[in-house]
Amino acid sequence: VMRLPAFAYLPASTPAEAARLLADHPDAQAVGGGTDLYPKMKRRQLEPKVLVGLRGVRELRGIEAGAGLSVGAGTRLHELALASDVRARYPALARAASLVASPQIRNAGTVGGNLCIDTRCNYYDLPYDRRCAHGFCMKAGGDVCRLAPGGDRCWAVSSTDLAPVAHVLGASVRLVSVRGERTLPVAELYTMDDGMDYLQKQRDEVLTALDVPPADGLRATYVKFRRRGAVDFPLLGVAAAVRTDPDGICAEARLVLGAVATAPLPVPHAAELLVGLALTEETILAAAEAAMSATKPMDLLDLPLAYRRRMVQIHVARALRELVPNGR
Amino acid sequence: MAVTIDPTQAPARGTAVVGGSDPKIDAHAKATGQTVYADDIHLPRMLVGRLLRAPHRHAKLLRVDVSRAAALPGVHGVLTGQDLPIRYGIMPVAQDEHALAVGTVRYHGEPVAAVAAIDEETADEALRLIDVEYEELRAVSSIADAMNPELPLIDGEGVGRQVNRRGTLEFGDVADGFGRADRSYEDLFFFEGNTHLPMEEHAAVAQWEPEPRGRLTLWSSTQVPHYLHRTLAKVLELAPGRIRVVATPVGGGFGGKSDPFSHEICAARLAMVTGRPVKFTLTREEVFYAHRGRHPVLMRVRTGFKEDGTLTAMAFRTMLDGGAFGSYGPASVYYTGALQTVTYDVPTYKFEGVRVLTNKPPCGPKRGHGTPQPRFALECHLDKVATDLGIDPIDLRLRNLIEPFSRSVNHLRVTTCGLRECVELVEAASGWRHKHGALPHGRGVGFAVGAYLCGAGLPIYFNDMPQSEVQIKVDRGGGVTVYSMAIDLGQGSDNMLASCVAEVLGLRPANIALITADTDLTPIDLGSYSSRVTFMAGNAAVQAAERMRDKLFAAVSADLGVPSEQLVARDGRIFDGDDPGVGMEWSAAVGVASVLEPPLVTAGSYKPPKLAGSYKGAGVGPSPSYSYTAAIVELDCDSETGVVDVDHVWIAHDIGKPINRVSAEGQVVGSVYMALGEALFEEQVFRRGYLKNPSMLEYRSPTFLEMPEVETFLVETDDPEGPFGAKEAGQGPLLPVIPAVANAIYDAVGVRIDEVPISPDKVVKALEQQAQGKEPRVGPKAMPDFDFGEPVRVDPPDQSPGREVMAL
Repeated sequence: VMRLPAFAYLPASTPAEAARLLADHPDAQAVGGGTDLYPKMKRRQLEPKVLVGLRGVRELRGIEAGAGLSVGAGTRLHELALASDVRARYPALARAASLVASPQIRNAGTVGGNLCIDTRCNYYDLPYDRRCAHGFCMKAGGDVCRLAPGGDRCWAVSSTDLAPVAHVLGASVRLVSVRGERTLPVAELYTMDDGMDYLQKQRDEVLTALDVPPADGLRATYVKFRRRGAVDFPLLGVAAAVRTDPDGICAEARLVLGAVATAPLPVPHAAELLVGLALTEETILAAAEAAMSATKPMDLLDLPLAYRRRMVQIHVARALRELVPNGR
Repeated sequence: MAVTIDPTQAPARGTAVVGGSDPKIDAHAKATGQTVYADDIHLPRMLVGRLLRAPHRHAKLLRVDVSRAAALPGVHGVLTGQDLPIRYGIMPVAQDEHALAVGTVRYHGEPVAAVAAIDEETADEALRLIDVEYEELRAVSSIADAMNPELPLIDGEGVGRQVNRRGTLEFGDVADGFGRADRSYEDLFFFEGNTHLPMEEHAAVAQWEPEPRGRLTLWSSTQVPHYLHRTLAKVLELAPGRIRVVATPVGGGFGGKSDPFSHEICAARLAMVTGRPVKFTLTREEVFYAHRGRHPVLMRVRTGFKEDGTLTAMAFRTMLDGGAFGSYGPASVYYTGALQTVTYDVPTYKFEGVRVLTNKPPCGPKRGHGTPQPRFALECHLDKVATDLGIDPIDLRLRNLIEPFSRSVNHLRVTTCGLRECVELVEAASGWRHKHGALPHGRGVGFAVGAYLCGAGLPIYFNDMPQSEVQIKVDRGGGVTVYSMAIDLGQGSDNMLASCVAEVLGLRPANIALITADTDLTPIDLGSYSSRVTFMAGNAAVQAAERMRDKLFAAVSADLGVPSEQLVARDGRIFDGDDPGVGMEWSAAVGVASVLEPPLVTAGSYKPPKLAGSYKGAGVGPSPSYSYTAAIVELDCDSETGVVDVDHVWIAHDIGKPINRVSAEGQVVGSVYMALGEALFEEQVFRRGYLKNPSMLEYRSPTFLEMPEVETFLVETDDPEGPFGAKEAGQGPLLPVIPAVANAIYDAVGVRIDEVPISPDKVVKALEQQAQGKEPRVGPKAMPDFDFGEPVRVDPPDQSPGREVMAL
């Protein structure tokens, strides 16, 4: 990789100051741990001239466990993965955090950073020289999608491990800007059909916290599929959550897939197949098949398409099997 | 520094250092960041060099205009192909490279121009100001493309098949061998290309001392300072005596730093034209283009067997995708056929090989050079044969093992061979007999063997000179300095040299100073490739040390009146072996010898015995000895996802004798790691001829989590020609691991993946075919037609091949 391009670094010490700096500098971008942004700047995928540093914003860091859970956006992924409250009450969230990248990256990378992580594609993510040779894509420097040059959209894939779980848990995020604070459900944080403008968060908004409502009997899990046991982004993420009655009947079921579309992809029609039924091998396989048929992976990650599509079925089933009530 | 020795690892047979586990002499400096690699060198007024690389796979170079770049403030020099018109290449018969492209570009990433500027930013800016006009040509992207006579020639004018090298050899009457078989077998295999992925990116620094002296110094992370020295002399048209090449400690080579490279030559020329030092450090992406890695090879194996499992004939056909240049190709092609015969007694053998050029980064030698691909094919093939014959795969191998001290059908001299012991060790340790064919569905064990050179018998350019020379100087304070051109790549050559000398002189390795890999200061060593350094530089070091010891013994003998035959050098003393109280400390002995036996300077050299046969192609394969390895892999294969999780590897390696036990075991374990990467993950993927994964994130090398438990056994056959009986450990142990993985997958789930890497989608595809009642196999289905020509026919050695017991 090349060196970082030149940029101005403006450290903030409060969320309000960060919001003010982002508003004052129209070409500024916020940076937390930098584990996603800096490599992309070295590859000249992103070249912000001004960075607003969130590392020093103390109130963004920390986990508060009450009836629900509130996680500061600056909390390190490693801290989220190891927090005893999170592990006990929201094990799926702890697991998703523990499966991001590598220990080194989890020590620097933040919860907010993972939720806002740039979309990925094996054209867009090529090194700079390689993209010079091949032609740039619409997401960085070019005007067409190299994968589907006939179309007018970018297909780059959402690669956040936290968002699918946060979504099935019914979590929301807090966004602060000079205009004030607003709350947005994670389910509404992402744009479904644009790999370039993939967040509903405005550029000048600072994501300050992830709020998870009380679990209230909802049991969730997260299964990540990737080539290696560390480092790799998901080839597929499956977040599943069910609320079962004492007889084991699903009162509610939620399924969200990561890394198969531009945003975390809810597959409600697959989840609904479980409602009113017990989690049996038969109902699980029916839901898994329905989830698979809802996905159309593109040739922009590792491994062939047909295989990746089939893995949706396999891993949705595996996730749901984890949620079969004990003793059944 | 105190030196402690683990008593459980105490060396046998009276050696004090060899066979033990003294800490590597360079370990502390490397672990604490004190080692100075090429990129750590900073000289006053030093400029930064950068290469402009071609954006096309195959194109005519119509115009290169550097005027705007040269005019940029801060730019001190710009080069194009016109400035370096002389062709070079590592092998005398393959002088097909230019430092910067001339006429055409042959692959995406080929250097076209070079700049030297005051800093990286300016150099990069200058690259953007170079105007190049190309006319794109149709690109050749695969072996199949290379066999298409309609595509433009990469090395020549017009169109045609891209034949770079071809070799056809027949030893004995193969048709007769197949005629004697009860059953004959045929399989096709493909081994995808992959790369070395050293931690250190290539770097070079050049400095020019102006006329009248006119001397060039180049520091480079190279495995081959001598061959680089020769190349610089040729390309720069400078007398060799005016060039000094210093190989800096190499942060991983694996064969990837064994060619002379564009950035080295450009650094030298830019230093000469600017009058300032110039440094090039490749980016990680550029390392993928510099490449010289594993050839993709398409292979056909045919064998004939008696019902009892006795081999009667073997025929091997290989097609190598060489990428854009010759590189080591003339050797690589023969290496795909040379070493099958040193593990098994093959009565009749035919080899047909062809290397083609393609518009891809050039291939070359990677750990095992040309032999892991055919070894993968052969060992998977034998696993299938064993299944068909109803013979345990280990028993099939044991029935056909070559005998120690024999000659192979292709005239390779085999001396020590501990393969049988290696097989027995891993078989017993793994519990093979109750596991193979008996583990639950999804879990399996696989077995394979391999063999490798202890140094190529012949140098890269033909000559009768020693392959390695070592000097030793003892100063008046008793300090010992060893001078050798061998370069440490992390494989431990520095420690090996220090250990051999320390052993002879009765000192510890930590007492020995080393000056290495400097063409001004050190005598010849051909380089750190082909697993030659321990065997060859080690022997030269032992000879030099023995000559030094003789001087000391002569002096001490005269001083103490003890016959020198009775003297012993040990524990920092020279003393009477019959009466250890009579003797003197090392430093006192040096004082006496400085008076009686000056100068305290000695030298030794090593030249392998004449081993090569007289037929064309006979130069590839001969080695003064061969190392042998057997491996068993146990793994889980998820039948839904096809994901393979290697749980355990048992590996036994005939090393002759470990110079340093921990270091040798480290080489074995490192080989297992690299082999597992090649077996399951690593490959160069091209999309429309462009490398798809030139980054460490996308080129998936295994992490800690993929690394299984490895149980290592060192088998000591005490080679009569190796230093202290030692053989190689750096390359051979990689060979059996890859086929053992494929064979274990078959044992686990009953499918054959005849192609590496074995990615999970291939396993799932084969399992689907299995479920549909089709052949449960993924692999190549056909080989392109090609005329390999009439074979060079060679009679087998006089006596029954593989059975001739030789006196050394």
